[in-house]
Order: sequence, then structure tokens, then C-alpha cells
Amino acid sequence: MSNKLDAKIPEGPIADKWTKYRSTVPLVNPANKRSLEIIVVGTGLAGASAAATLAEMGYKVKAFCFQDSPRRAHSIAAQGGINAAKNYQNDGDSVYRLFYDTIKGGDYRSREGNVHRLAEVSGSIIDQCVAQGVPFAREYGGLLSNRSFGGTQVQRTFYAAGQTGQQLLLGAYSGLERQVGIGNVTMYTRHEMLDVVTIDGKARGIIAKNLVTGELERHFGHSVLLCTGGYGNVFYLSTNAMGSNVTAAWKAHKKGANFANPCYTQIHPTCIPVSGDHQSKLTLMSESLRNDGRIWVPKKQNDTRLGNDIPEEERDYYLERRYPAFGNLVPRDIASRAAKERCDAGYGVGASKMAVYLDYAYAIERYGKIEANKKNMHNSSKEEISEMGKAVVKEKYGNLFDMYKQITGEDPYELPMRIYPAVHYTMGGLWVDYNLMTNVPGLYALGEANFSDHGANRLGASALMQGLADGYFVIPYTIGSYLSSEIRTKAIPTDHPAFVEAEKAVQERITKLLNIKGKQSPESFHKRLGKIMWEKCGMARSEKGLKEAIAEIQALKNEFWSDVRILGDADEFNPELDKAGRVADFIELGELMCVDALNRNESCGGHFREEYQTEEGEALRDDENYMYVSAWEYEGESKWNLNPEPLVYENIKIAQRSYK
Amino acid sequence: MEGNMNLTLKVWRQKNKKVNGKLETYKVAGISEDMSFLEMFDVLNERLVSEGTEPISFDHDCREGICGMCSMYINGQPHGPLQGVTTCQLHMRSFKDGDTIVVEPWRAVAFPVIKDLVVDRSSFDRIIASGGFVSVNTGNAQDGNSLPIPKDDADKAFMAAACIGCGACVSACKNASAMLFVSAKVSQLSLLPQGQPERQDRAMKMVAQMDAEGFGTCTNTGACAAECPKEISLENIARLNREYLGASLGSTN
Repeated sequence: MSNKLDAKIPEGPIADKWTKYRSTVPLVNPANKRSLEIIVVGTGLAGASAAATLAEMGYKVKAFCFQDSPRRAHSIAAQGGINAAKNYQNDGDSVYRLFYDTIKGGDYRSREGNVHRLAEVSGSIIDQCVAQGVPFAREYGGLLSNRSFGGTQVQRTFYAAGQTGQQLLLGAYSGLERQVGIGNVTMYTRHEMLDVVTIDGKARGIIAKNLVTGELERHFGHSVLLCTGGYGNVFYLSTNAMGSNVTAAWKAHKKGANFANPCYTQIHPTCIPVSGDHQSKLTLMSESLRNDGRIWVPKKQNDTRLGNDIPEEERDYYLERRYPAFGNLVPRDIASRAAKERCDAGYGVGASKMAVYLDYAYAIERYGKIEANKKNMHNSSKEEISEMGKAVVKEKYGNLFDMYKQITGEDPYELPMRIYPAVHYTMGGLWVDYNLMTNVPGLYALGEANFSDHGANRLGASALMQGLADGYFVIPYTIGSYLSSEIRTKAIPTDHPAFVEAEKAVQERITKLLNIKGKQSPESFHKRLGKIMWEKCGMARSEKGLKEAIAEIQALKNEFWSDVRILGDADEFNPELDKAGRVADFIELGELMCVDALNRNESCGGHFREEYQTEEGEALRDDENYMYVSAWEYEGESKWNLNPEPLVYENIKIAQRSYK
Repeated sequence: MEGNMNLTLKVWRQKNKKVNGKLETYKVAGISEDMSFLEMFDVLNERLVSEGTEPISFDHDCREGICGMCSMYINGQPHGPLQGVTTCQLHMRSFKDGDTIVVEPWRAVAFPVIKDLVVDRSSFDRIIASGGFVSVNTGNAQDGNSLPIPKDDADKAFMAAACIGCGACVSACKNASAMLFVSAKVSQLSLLPQGQPERQDRAMKMVAQMDAEGFGTCTNTGACAAECPKEISLENIARLNREYLGASLGSTN
């Protein structure tokens, strides 16, 4: 039996929903705010911006992060940029276009109401960041600069070299630290949330572990915000940070929060290929590189010549060939599948043959010629043009090129880069309504941790936009609709039986893990889980593979709980123990991802079922049967109940997605 | 075995901040030159676990040189031998078969050791909390393009803002001074119009907090900038000194 989920989308025309709702949502008066406590878990873009803003408004905030400083959250690694419908380039951008591009990019699997709101607040994000002193790239006239990202035909991406995430996070972090200094936020670093405490069905706090001392702590809050990022590390190898994990979201799920669309995973097309078994993580090369770089493979199978030795007429620019309208700037899911298709067919390059070229030779020549013209050097030699072109490319992408060289030992200014798709982002996450509240009252999910805005595929430069939208401009308003009815709730003492019980359960699990005393490290289980997920629930999925994966994951889970070896003690700094807890949660999540992928008998966005494709190999949706959000309710070990939330499109005409 | 490098590692082991630590020697074999320095540690740690020895604790997260978490003092240099590279981006091709490599934690009074190679850098957060921001509440901002900023200023501010807060500057400094870190933030904000209203106050407060945390004074040796993985320039320290002096002279306190 499925339960009906109410998304609470306000009535009225799409363009008025948010404005009207924002003006009518109940308020909490300043005196009452001072006695309302909010727990924020995670300090990336969503968490830091939410914690800072809520504290500015007068709420008492406690913020938690597992890293040694809130500034290290993985938002920091986002490279390319942040979208906003400013239309500064006068190229026809608008709130509606950003809304439309995002819905289409998500392959018609996201909510109209949420996405329109995202597009509406996008401009304010840029203003806020500029005011904080975020040093965005600028033109010589002193105005903000823009570039293009995949899946769009306008220039709406704001950036700070290849370090946009870093600069935005440091902006939010400075706002957060300002509130810490004032005393409105209490910051808990090196703390990991290990359970949500619920009382009478409402979220009332968390159990957190002090990772330095190993102590378990109880924290009360009138509401709890999970801003804990995505779960891409379920694949072991991904572009996520080593510590990124699903634990907080998974604990919430086991306490009743529905997990939505877990199978929607974004595989990013331009990452540095795997170099060997020792590989611990993968490194992204920003999508912005597809602005100027051209992607190709040899026309001949198993061509062993070096890239530079293959003449122009023997190169296949397969994205430009297949998708002339968008070319190298097709959305990520499409670019990734196209790369996999070429490599599987035997056209891959490099030693592993699991790579394609991203070539900058043309861009260097083009920019070089422009520079020569600017400088009135009309008789420049080829070498001079190349030098000038390289200087331009260096200014735009220098840090990315340096990183590529450092990792591969090859010079991308001279040789085409080798790239291959890798797990990057997860569109799925905790189910939330329009207020960003999960189905557990008082428990919210923001940023990548929720599922709401990107459907089955996220467009580039939209993750930063969503994280900051949720934290700066959505939750500060929507949380009022819940907290306004909580003003009579006094802080609940943490010796309440619900806190005692939750802490006891966490303690027992830790003791159980330490007492297994088996033979295999947590890391080795993580690697094996990743291999199953990548091969059977990765870029292409099939009914047969998914069924096998579920059985393999269940077996791996049994093996983990009988043979994991964790050295060190519970009452000290013990990264092995922390890792083991996270891997145990990833294993359970992995199973649910496969269950979800198996249920969804269609292909859409990042979810590609081999059985469902067009003759040209494009994703084939089944709108009649699957135009819904799959929200999964935990019912016990390996048991979930599906609560579908139908998706309604009133403003956008549903079509087969085409970038041709 | 993926490669053919054999190395001797001397690694600082310390159970917690209350006990003394010491260097332990480990032999590692079969290292590939494509491995990162931290992946070499992963290999060693996997082996230690299989031998029943507690693995070496070290801080790391993004492994792409931007989060600032990794912090190894390698052969006497923070983040090892390469310029402009963090430990996580250092690859084994920078070493030779047969090398002996000494790995220690950051050393500074203001960065106490938590365990092995892991130190506590929360002093940096407290410095930022003392004034490393523009006091602008959410919702107060004007349109982003209403305030043009000369590209050159924006670029300079960006170069200073590129600091990842890893603490290599402190670790490289014989006085364990945090001047490069503090000056990078002060510079970023004093170069931009948004940072002007609080400019003097910011410099005064951040320097006061830096002193309170127990960081040493700056004697202009420049080791910080030489070892900084983001190549934050010494010019920032000169700028901070000007800001601080100006603030002290102009102070109404």
C-alpha cells in the first residue's frame, strides 16, 4: 500500500506561486526566534548559507561538519560556475528559459513549482555573493563575465576561474563564521551525525559523534536541517571527496524519511581516466572546458597512433556529428553515453582504450589569431599565434590544465587530453515538499541531499545555484510555516527517553562493528561495492544486471557484518571506525538504488536501461507509466514501500528531449 | 603490485596529544609512479590493517588540491618537494626508487597534534570569525552589476582569495606565523569596494586573534610564500602591514 505524499505546491500561475506563497507564509516574531533552536548538519553551500542566514534572522543555530573546518565541505571543489537568469549578455535569457532548460535537461522528471522558484531566486544569489566579496571573473569594463555550460544556448554561467565552488563556499563560510563570532551559531567541527531523534513523530534533535574523542553527544533542535550532500561515493570511485557519505541521509531514511529517485546518478563526461587499481578517487575536468575544447576519437577502430599523429580527416568529432545544434555542449548524460558508446565499440584511446580526446589545438589557434589581430600583428608565425593562444587558454583554464598535467604527467597544451565519464553527482536524495521538509515533520533536506530540482539529469552549474538557493533564499522563508506552530515547544532536555534510546542504539552499533574482528578492511568492502554498482547500476543498466547486483550486494552485506576488521578503539580519533559505519550505510543504499533502477522500466536522463532506447540509442522515456517521483519508504531490512508522487506539467509541453 | 618503486618511509606516530610521538620506519614496495602520495599511504595502510597494526591517521578529503585538508610535512617541506602542489596532488613520479621519505605533521603551537599526522587547525576558523568577512546579511544586496570593479582589482582579490587554509605557511615558518593566511583574507577584502567599510577594523581584529591563538610573529623570511601550494604572494603581507599600520594610526579606540 502506498502512502500519498503531499508536495504542497502552492496554487496559482507558475510565475506567481513563490511570490505569493512567500508573502503569506506564517512568520515567527523576533523574540520567539531567539528561543527556537535549529540544527544544521553539513556546511557546504546549502548548510553554510542556511546556518548563516537563519542565525542572521535571530534563530539559535548549531552547525555540524565532519571535516576539521566548515570551509572544507566538498562544495569547495566545484569548478565551472553558477547559473543565474540575469540576461547580462543580452542573449535572450529569462527566468522562464532557465526554468525550461532545467526541466528539459532533467528529462521531464522534476517538479515545475520547485524549478521555477529556483530560476526566480537565481539572480539574487549572484547579488548576495558579490556583496560578500566573492571575486567573480569580470570583463575589462568592470562588469561580471559569463560563459556557457551544457544543455543551454545562452551564456548565464558566472564563474571565478576554475574555482567557483571554492569562492562561493568561502563567501558562505565567512557569513557562517561571522555568526559564530557573534555567538548566534555554535559550530561543531569533526562531528558526524549518527542518528535523528524523533519524538511524537517530529524531528527533535540528533545524536552526533565527536570524531576526535569518540564521545556520543545528544543535541536538541526544534528542527533539523540535513545539508549533507550526495551519495556518489556509493560507487567508490567518483569525483566526490573521500569523506562524502550518505550516513546522515540514510539514518533519516531509516527513521521514516522517504528516499526519492535513488537511481538518478549523474555520470560526468569529462574526468581524468582511471590509471590503475590503486586509484582512490577521480578528478573532474570542468564542463566549462567543453566551451572551447572539441571531443573526438579516431575513425579507425583500435587505432594505436598518438592523438597528434592522427590527421584531421581520420578524426570523428562524434558529438558534433550526432548533435549539430548543441555539439560539444550537449548535457552531461548524453555526452557520457556517447563516450561510452564509442569506447565500447572499440574506438577508445590511450593505454586503457577507455578514454576519448578533449582537444584544445583549435581553441589555441583561434584565440591566438584573435590576439594577433588585437595587437595588429598580421604577419605572425604559427608559433607566435600558438604562444598567444596558449596564454589565453591559460588565463581561462590554467588551474585545470595544471591539475591534468600533475595527475597524468602529460602536457595538455601540447597533447589532446584523455577523458572518460565518472560518477559526479546524485540527483536523487531525501524526498522533500515545496518547503524542503521531508515527510518527517521538522526534518528538512537542502542542496544535493534532497531530490527536488534536477529530475533525472542535472545541468552544469546548477548544483551551486540550488545549494545556495535552498540555503539563502528558500529555507529562511519556508521554515516559518513549521516553526510558527512550534513557538510553544520548550527546549526538550536531552535526558528524554527518545534521546537515551537513540544514543544507546548508536552505541550498540559501534560496539557491534568493533567486535566483529574479521579479516577485511572497510576500504576493501567499499571497493567491492563500488565495482558492483559501477558495472551493474552505472551508465547502463539492465533487468538481469540489476537483479544480479541486488543478490551480490546482499551477500556483500552479510560478509561485511561477519568479516570486517576495524583496528583502534571507540574512544579515540578513529577514521577506520568512521569509514566502516559509512560503508555499511552505502551497502544498504546500493541495494535501494538497484531496486529503484529495476522498478523504473524506462530510460530517462542519467538512468539508462538498455532495454529502453530509441533506434539511435537515445533514452526512451515512458511518460504514461513512469512520470512520477519514486519515493521509497523504509520498512525493514531489504524491504521498501514505493510511494509514487505523480509529476504534473502545466507549463511545459512534454517532448522527447532533442539536442540535435 | 602495480609498480616497481621500493621506498622507506619514516612516519610520525602519536596516539594523541597527551603522549609523546616518534618516527616509525616502514618499507613499502611495488609503488607505481602514477599513484598520488596519499594513494601510496592507502597502500601502506591496507597492509598495516592486514598485519593487525593500526593504520596511520592523516587528514585528507577532496584529493584534488582545493579543500586544504591534507597536511603532510614531507622531507622537511610542507606538501613535499613540488612548488604549487598540495600533498594530495603530489605523485610518486616526483620520487625515485630507493628513496627514504620522512613524513611529519604540521608543527606549530597553534596546531596541536590530534593523532599521527592529524592536527587541529580550528585556530584558523577563529581568526576568520574575528573579522574575515563583509558584514552583509542575506537579502541586503544590490544588483551584482551595479558596482563595476576594475578587472585588475578583481583579479588581484581572486589571487588572494585562492588561499585554501591548509596551514602550510605556518608549518613552513620558523616562527609558526600565520601572517600569509591572515594577509590573504585581509587583502582580498581590502582590494574590493565591498570590503571598505570594515577595512580597518578587520585588520586590527584578525591580527589580534592571530596573536591570541599563539602564532608567532613575521620576520619576513618568505618561507610561507615559497611553500604555499596556491602560491599566495608575499605582497599580501606587505599589504596587511600597511592596513594594520593605517588602522592603528587611524584608530579611534
